Amino acid sequence: MTPFSYARAGDAATATRLGMGAGAKYLGGGTNLVDLMRETIEQPDSLVDVTGLSRTIEERDDGGLMIGAAVRNTAVAEHRAVRERYPVLARAILSGASGQIRNMATVGGNILQRTRCPYFYDDAARCNKRTPGAGCDAIDGFNRTHAILGASPACVATHPSDMCVALAALGAVVHLGNATGARTLPLVDLHRLPAGRPEVETLLEPGELITAVELPPLPCAVRSTYRKVRDRASYAFALVSVAAVLDRSADGMVRDVRLALGGVAHKPWRAFAAEAVLRGRPADEAVFRAAAEAELADAAPLRDNGFKVELARRTMVAVLNDLAGEAA
Amino acid sequence: MTTIRDAAQKVMQTAIGLAPERWLPGGTPDPLIGRHGAIGSSVPRVDGPRKVRGEAPFAAEIPAGNMTYAALVFSTIARGHIATLDTDAAQTAPGVVLVMTYRNAPRMAPPAVFLSDPRAAGASSLPVMQDDAIHWNGEPVAVILAETQEQADHAATLVHVTYTRETASTSFEHAATHAHRPDNVLGEPAVIEIGNAEAALAEAAHKIDRTYHTPRYSHAAIEPHAATVWWEADGRLVVHDATQMLNGTRWTLAGIFGLKEEQVRILSPFVGGGFGGKALWNHQILAIAASRLSGRPVRIALSREGVFRVSGGRTTTRQRVALGARADGTLSALIHTGTAAMTAYNNCPEQFSFPARHLYAAGSFKLEQKVADIDMVANTFMRAPGESVGTFALESAIDELAADMGLDPIDLRRRIEPVKDPTSGHSFSARHLLDAYARGAERFGWSARSPTPRARREGEWLVGMGVATATYPYYRMPGGTARITLTRAGHACVAMASHEMGMGTATVQVQATADRLGLPIDHVTFAYGDTALPPGTIAGGSSQTASIAATVTAASEKLVSALLKLVGNDSPLAGLRAGDVEARDGGLGHRTIPDRFESYVSILSRANREEVSAEAEAPMPLEVQKYAMHSYGAQFCEVRVSTVTGETRVSRFLGSFDTGRILNPRTAASQFRGGIIMGLGLALTEETLFDERTGRIINASLAEYHMPVHLDVPEIDVIWTDSPDPRAPLGAHGIGEIGITGVGAAVANAIYNATGRRIRDLPITLDKLL
Repeated sequence: MTPFSYARAGDAATATRLGMGAGAKYLGGGTNLVDLMRETIEQPDSLVDVTGLSRTIEERDDGGLMIGAAVRNTAVAEHRAVRERYPVLARAILSGASGQIRNMATVGGNILQRTRCPYFYDDAARCNKRTPGAGCDAIDGFNRTHAILGASPACVATHPSDMCVALAALGAVVHLGNATGARTLPLVDLHRLPAGRPEVETLLEPGELITAVELPPLPCAVRSTYRKVRDRASYAFALVSVAAVLDRSADGMVRDVRLALGGVAHKPWRAFAAEAVLRGRPADEAVFRAAAEAELADAAPLRDNGFKVELARRTMVAVLNDLAGEAA
Repeated sequence: MTTIRDAAQKVMQTAIGLAPERWLPGGTPDPLIGRHGAIGSSVPRVDGPRKVRGEAPFAAEIPAGNMTYAALVFSTIARGHIATLDTDAAQTAPGVVLVMTYRNAPRMAPPAVFLSDPRAAGASSLPVMQDDAIHWNGEPVAVILAETQEQADHAATLVHVTYTRETASTSFEHAATHAHRPDNVLGEPAVIEIGNAEAALAEAAHKIDRTYHTPRYSHAAIEPHAATVWWEADGRLVVHDATQMLNGTRWTLAGIFGLKEEQVRILSPFVGGGFGGKALWNHQILAIAASRLSGRPVRIALSREGVFRVSGGRTTTRQRVALGARADGTLSALIHTGTAAMTAYNNCPEQFSFPARHLYAAGSFKLEQKVADIDMVANTFMRAPGESVGTFALESAIDELAADMGLDPIDLRRRIEPVKDPTSGHSFSARHLLDAYARGAERFGWSARSPTPRARREGEWLVGMGVATATYPYYRMPGGTARITLTRAGHACVAMASHEMGMGTATVQVQATADRLGLPIDHVTFAYGDTALPPGTIAGGSSQTASIAATVTAASEKLVSALLKLVGNDSPLAGLRAGDVEARDGGLGHRTIPDRFESYVSILSRANREEVSAEAEAPMPLEVQKYAMHSYGAQFCEVRVSTVTGETRVSRFLGSFDTGRILNPRTAASQFRGGIIMGLGLALTEETLFDERTGRIINASLAEYHMPVHLDVPEIDVIWTDSPDPRAPLGAHGIGEIGITGVGAAVANAIYNATGRRIRDLPITLDKLL
C-alpha cells in the first residue's frame, strides 16, 4: 500500500471540494478500494471518506425510493420497501459477497467497484486498464470468467456487481454531484463499454460523487427475481446472472418486462433486445427462448467462456419461466 | 516416507535382535487394544480452551524485542536472470531496516531436499537467493525488513527488477512428451508389471480405457506460513515456525547456515493447519538470513498471495486407467499409468498409482508413474498426495466398468476383493473394506439408487448417488524419542518434539499415555512442538499418532523398569520383574495378583524421589515389512445437478471408514469430515490457474481460488468399523489423510448417476455439465 492522506467529509460540499483534489478518491466501505490499494493497483494520494453522507432510504409518495449512496448494502437488502416492491434488488445484493462485506459496502462503492479479472489484479500481467496501451493478457489467457458481450480487443473484463444488475433492470437513476453542480444519469448509462479506453470505466467527471440512487416506481417489480450462477454456492462472482421483472397480463401476454445480465460484459447489461422481443408477445418458453437468442446474437466468446452464451440463454429462459409460472 | 522407512530398515536388519518385539510379526498385539479406558472416548481437545481464548501463540504472534517485519518481492518470470535491480527507493523508504537481495544475502548452502536424507526437510534443493538466476515465476528476489509490516509492504513495491528471459518449461503437454520415470516414487518402484496387462486388456471380455486429468491445487491453510526468528548473542538460532517437521527443519537449517544442530532451536507448538504444506520453504531461510544481516529479530508472515507463490501444492496429473474384466466381473488386467508435473529440484511425483498397487485383485498389472519437468514453485505433499487424485482416476474407472457390465459398483468391488496384497503378496494386517461398504450402504440408503442415470429428477435438479473406495497406507516413522517423567504427585509428562496442527495429537497422546500408565487423563500432560525436547518424527503420511504411541510405549516400558528398581524389599512389588507387572490405578500391580500393587506416589515417596524419568526410542517399523497395512473407506455421495445451469450441489455425504481402532471419536470425526470437505473442493471447485505462457499462478487469492464454503458442504455423516489392527500400536491407523481419498470419484460417479455424463477432468465445474 502506498501512503495516502485521509479525510472524513462531514457534508457533501466538503466531500466534493476535497474530491476535486488531484489523486483524490472517495472512500465508501473500502471493501474493494482498500484491497486494490493493498495490491498498489490503486494508489490515491488522498481518500475522502463519504460514509457519513446520505445514509437514508427515502420512500417517495409515488412509490419510488431514493437510496443514499452511503447506505450499506445490508441495509438496502433488509429494507421493507425494497423487499416488498423490488425483491430483485434484495436478492441480488444478498447473493453477493459475504455478510461481513455487505455490512461494510456502500451503494456508491458497489456501483464503482472494479473488475475481478485476475490479470487486472496481477501487476506482473499486461492490462490495459492498469497501464493503458500495455496490452491484455486475458484475451489469450484464462478467460473463462470474462465478457461475451460488448468487449473490445483492448479489454474483455466484466463488471462484478450483482446489485447493479438489479438496478439496471429496475431503471435506476444515479444522482451525481461535484463542486460545480448536480446531475442525474440512468444507471445503464453510467458504466462504459471498454472500446479503446478500458481504463475509463464510467462517465463520472473528475471529482464527481454518487450521492444517491433513485428507484422509479415500478409496481410490476413485485414480481421480480435475481438468479446468479457461479462456481460455488456462495462467495463467488457471477459467471452469469439474470435480473428480471415480468408483468404478465391475464391473457398470458407480456405487458412489461425488464431484463438485465451480469457477468457477461464490462457493465451491467440491460437486455434491451430481449425485452423488445418479449413485449406484447405470449409469455411462453418459445418466446423467452427467442428473446434470449436475440440478446445473445452478438455474443463473441473467447477461448474459455463459450459456455456463457448457452448458460446465459438457459438462465434467462429459466428465470422468465419461473416468473411467468408465479404470475399464472 | 517410504525412503525413510527403507533406510531405517536397512539399519535395522543388522540390529534386529535389539528391537523390542511388540510390533514384530508374530509378536503380541498391543495390550491396550482390548482395554477400555481413556482411549476410545471423546475427550475434548486439551489445547481447545487456549485456542478459543486466543491464548495459543502461533508463529506470527511470538513477541520479540526490537522486532523487524519482512516483506518479499517475487519474480515475474519463470526462468532467466535478473538484469537490473533497483533498490534505492526501497532503501530510503520510511522505516526500512534492510533490503536483502542476492547481492548482499549471506552465503548459504542449498537446502537438503526432503527424502534426500531421513532428516531433510527442504521443499526444494534450489539455492536460496544466492545469484541472479530465476527458477520459477514467483521466486523471491528481494526481502525488505522494516519497523512495521506496512512499511515493509510499501517498500517492497518500490523495488524495481528487470529480467533477461530464458525459455521456460511451462507447458505440461509439451513437457509430458519428454516425461521420464523417476528413480523411485517415495521409495517404491516407479513401475510395477505383473504379467502382460496390455495383452490381457486386449483380450478382455469387458474393458474400460480412459484418461483422467487433475489440476494443480494450492495449500490454503487458515494460517498462512509464518516464522519469527532471531539469533542469540552466542550464535544460536531460534526459529518460531509453523511446521510439520521440527527436527528435519532444525537439521536442514543447520546445514544451510553451517551450524551444529544443537545451535538451532525450532519451536512450533501450534500450527494453523498443515496438510503437507508446512515444510521448509524459502521464507524461513530468507528471514533467518535477513536476521543475521540486520542483527534483529525478524517476523515473516506470508501474504495469501505469498503462500501461492512461495509454497507449492498438489501437482497436475494426467492418468490412464484401463481395466480388463472377465465375464464374472473379476479383473484380468489393471493398468494405471500417467504423468505428473514436477520440478527438477524436488521429489514429489504425486504417487497416484499407489492405490492400484494394493486395492484390487487382478490377473495382471501395469502400474507406472512418470514426471514431466516444469519450471514452477516446487510442488509438494498435500493431504493424501497421490491417493487423493489416484483414487479419482481408479475409482471412476471402476464405476465405469461396473456401469458397462451392468453391475452394482459395490458388487463389482466384492468380486475383485483380494485375499492378499495384489502386488507385494503380503498378508493384510487388517482389511475390512467390504464391511465398511456394507455398513455405509445400509446407512446411506444405497439400495434406493437407480442404476440407470437420469432416473431421479426433482424440478430442474437431477439427483444421483455415487460411491468410491478410500484408501491410504499405514506408516510409522522411526527415529523418534519420548521421555516420560513421572512425579511424586503421580503426574506424568510425555515430552517429544511432535506437532499439533489442529488434528488432536496432544489430546490422543494424553489419552494413550493415561491408559498406558494407568493414570487418569488429568494426571498426564504432553509437551511437544519444541526441538529442545527429545526428537519427534514428522507429522506427515498420517504417521504421527502411531509413531508417537510406539515411542511412548517403549519409554513406558523403561519407566516401569526404573520404578521397579526403586521399590524396596517391603514393597508389595518387591522382587517382581517388568514382565510380571502392569500399570493400573495410578501405580504398578502384579498382572494376576490384585494385592500386589503399589501406587506411583507411594513408590516415589518411599524412595524419596521427586520424579523418575525414562527415555526411549521406538522400535523400527518392522510391521510394514511383513504385512500390507492400509486404511480403507467407502465414500458415499448424493448430488443434485441443475439441468438449467450445470451447477452441482452435494446434498448428502457419508464416509464409512476402516482405519483400525478410533482413539477419540470427537477428533477423528473432525479429521474425517475435514478430509471429505477438502475432497469436495478437489472434486468441484478448486484449481490453481497456472498460465502456461508465463508460468504464473493467476488466481493467487482466496477470492479466486475457490475452496468450498459453508453452502457447498452438506451435513457429512461419518462412521467407522473401529476394528483394531493387531499389528499397529494401539490398534490404530493415522486418519489425517484418508478422508480426502475417494471423494473426487464418489462425486464424479454420483454426477454420472444423476446426469449420465462422465467427467474425467477435475474440477467438475458447471461448464463441463452444460
